Amino acid sequence: MDALIAPLLNGSAQGALLLLAALGLSLTFGQMGVINMAHGEFLMIGAFAAYLVQQVITASNLSIPVALPVAFVVAGLFGLLLEVTIIRWMYRRPLDTLLVTVGVGLILQQAALQIFPSQGVPVEKPGWLDGQLTVLGYGWPLRQLFTILLATVCVAALSAWLKYTPFGRRIRATVANRDLAETTGISTRGIDRLTFFVGSGLAGVAGVAASLIGGTNSQMGAQYIIPAFLVVAAGGIGQLKGTIVAAWAVGVALAFFAYWTTGSLAQVLAFILVIVFLQLRPQGLFTVRTRSLA
Amino acid sequence: MSSTSKRKRALVATGAIATTMALLAGCGARAGDEAAGAGSSAAASCVDTSGDSVKLGFLNSLTGGMAISEKTVSNVLHMAADEINAGGGILGKKIEYVQEDGATDWPTFAEKTEKLLTQDCVAAIFGGWTSSSRKAVKPVVEKNNGLFFYPVQYEGLESSPNIYYTGATTNQQIIPAMDFLAAQGVKRLFLAGSDYVFPRTANAIIKLYAAKLGIQIVGEEYVPLDKDDWTSQVAKIVAAKPDFIFNTINGSSNVGFIKAYYDAGLKAATTPIISVSIAEEEAPAMGHEVTGQYASWNYFQSLKTGTNPKFIESWKAYPNSSGVTSDPMEAAYISMYLYKALVEAAGSFDVDAVNAAAKAKPITFDAPEGKVTLDGDNHHIAKPGHIGKINSSNQFDIVWASDAFIEPDPYLEGYDWFPADIRKQLTDAAG
Repeated sequence: MDALIAPLLNGSAQGALLLLAALGLSLTFGQMGVINMAHGEFLMIGAFAAYLVQQVITASNLSIPVALPVAFVVAGLFGLLLEVTIIRWMYRRPLDTLLVTVGVGLILQQAALQIFPSQGVPVEKPGWLDGQLTVLGYGWPLRQLFTILLATVCVAALSAWLKYTPFGRRIRATVANRDLAETTGISTRGIDRLTFFVGSGLAGVAGVAASLIGGTNSQMGAQYIIPAFLVVAAGGIGQLKGTIVAAWAVGVALAFFAYWTTGSLAQVLAFILVIVFLQLRPQGLFTVRTRSLA
Repeated sequence: MSSTSKRKRALVATGAIATTMALLAGCGARAGDEAAGAGSSAAASCVDTSGDSVKLGFLNSLTGGMAISEKTVSNVLHMAADEINAGGGILGKKIEYVQEDGATDWPTFAEKTEKLLTQDCVAAIFGGWTSSSRKAVKPVVEKNNGLFFYPVQYEGLESSPNIYYTGATTNQQIIPAMDFLAAQGVKRLFLAGSDYVFPRTANAIIKLYAAKLGIQIVGEEYVPLDKDDWTSQVAKIVAAKPDFIFNTINGSSNVGFIKAYYDAGLKAATTPIISVSIAEEEAPAMGHEVTGQYASWNYFQSLKTGTNPKFIESWKAYPNSSGVTSDPMEAAYISMYLYKALVEAAGSFDVDAVNAAAKAKPITFDAPEGKVTLDGDNHHIAKPGHIGKINSSNQFDIVWASDAFIEPDPYLEGYDWFPADIRKQLTDAAG
């Protein structure tokens, strides 16, 4: 039983982290067509924000819940700054955004290296995440359950926001048909900024989750960026539900491959799977139907 | 395409002209001329020591992934050079250093080595961290008959006339750790490592020695260096129920490993870990979860031996200091002073003269870890083995020490359980 339960649960948690990392991208890449390679560094900013919050609020039981919104706002503001200063000149030039944001990512990495201890900083896990939940004989770490809950809350909040709020409606209108949205009086510039803020902020939240799983240092963002892009592409550009399914599938595939083979081979196999899938279905799991010409 | 290659060709041509000019300009006394009788070097050296200074190169990754480790090594090299300059320099010549950034990119390490040797004309280069960077530098220093001082523990099975190794080879770190585990009565051992040459080679050696010691290997797992998530592998460790875990993970992946270990309910009291890459510098980033775990090194900040108190004091006072000292830092510190001792014994900065001096009589240095002696044949140094246990202030309490300094044996020729065919296979595999 362990052979099935352990990889399934571990994989779901891995998928949840991947989803958190990809959620913001599914907004900025999926909805806006910006290839933001600095997204991993926004995740890093979120993790460092969690560390800084822990310097002020030393009780880790309290500091992590406080760190989540703080990381969202801080990473969001960095994203906003990037949009206002650089990205806005490059809409509809996705390749240029790729090159520019790689550079921005390197600058942010080096800045973190200069500001914080080079080996990274500790983010303490709250005491209430110590321990395991026994599921069919397998001691499932509570921290993994937390990652899944956090991803669920973020997805629910994001989809409710997109669906029911005026902001969300304007974002969807802009994505569906930018020119028509503008003619109805929507400030698409304002919407772009807002979308970028929220997308980057979600990376910050992912960073807090990542800081409880791995190291918090200048290099941490790099390992998430490629898998996150693959997940967004496999899910179908601009499709939230596609991103969710793809992230979960990749996480579980990674865990099963790791269980049967080795950690290194698992990475290779899981991504071969994604590549083969994209060969067969280049549009991803789900596709957007749009009348837009762009 | 064609314009790029033209531009490249133009660059190469400019480089060649610059090199020739530098060669022509350096018409003072050259290190090569000083000891012409000491042996014939492949390439003519352009090192100029006719003035009152000597140029040395520092090659460390100051950007990219390895900067988290190599920045400190660079700082400590600067400190050692400043100390030597304050004391009058080497053979009365002040050290003038050229710092280059290897940028965590192995071809860059090779290019910068070439530049330091042929354009800056440095007498020796200090630095590197990963085995990949050392292997990139090796052919270049050998071709140009330069000198490279490498300060990090590594997988052994190498010796080059142009490289001096001041970190541990396997019989000074891995084997002492196994002796310690045997003394603890360990019966079931799990091997966890990053997926590259050092952990793979170390684990091959560990498995052979474990068979001799009667320790059963209950599992072996690797994760790529750049991946932090160890959840799936730790689930396998829990299922394998080892007494001890031998950890050859490197870098930030260690933090992920310790977190996943702790998340799964494993404890230092029941399933302890012995590491070969977690030192005083790395431990703070892991928080309290690493307390109580072990590490095998030659040097610990908590050692009271040798010149350690003075070393710690100087480092704490040095600008941009992290405040803690660690084994690779100390090995880098040794490398600079060892070079000074070698040059002074040779009476020359010439590479062949330095190598001859290394063989002529034992070169020693009163290092923070104790008085170390250079082996002139394999270019490694004798070191004491220590096992430390991490306490709550991220320092190590020494729990085990080798009886004497361990002579370096990079090819493990003095160990009957290490068969010649495996030695050959591993040496070939390591390239």
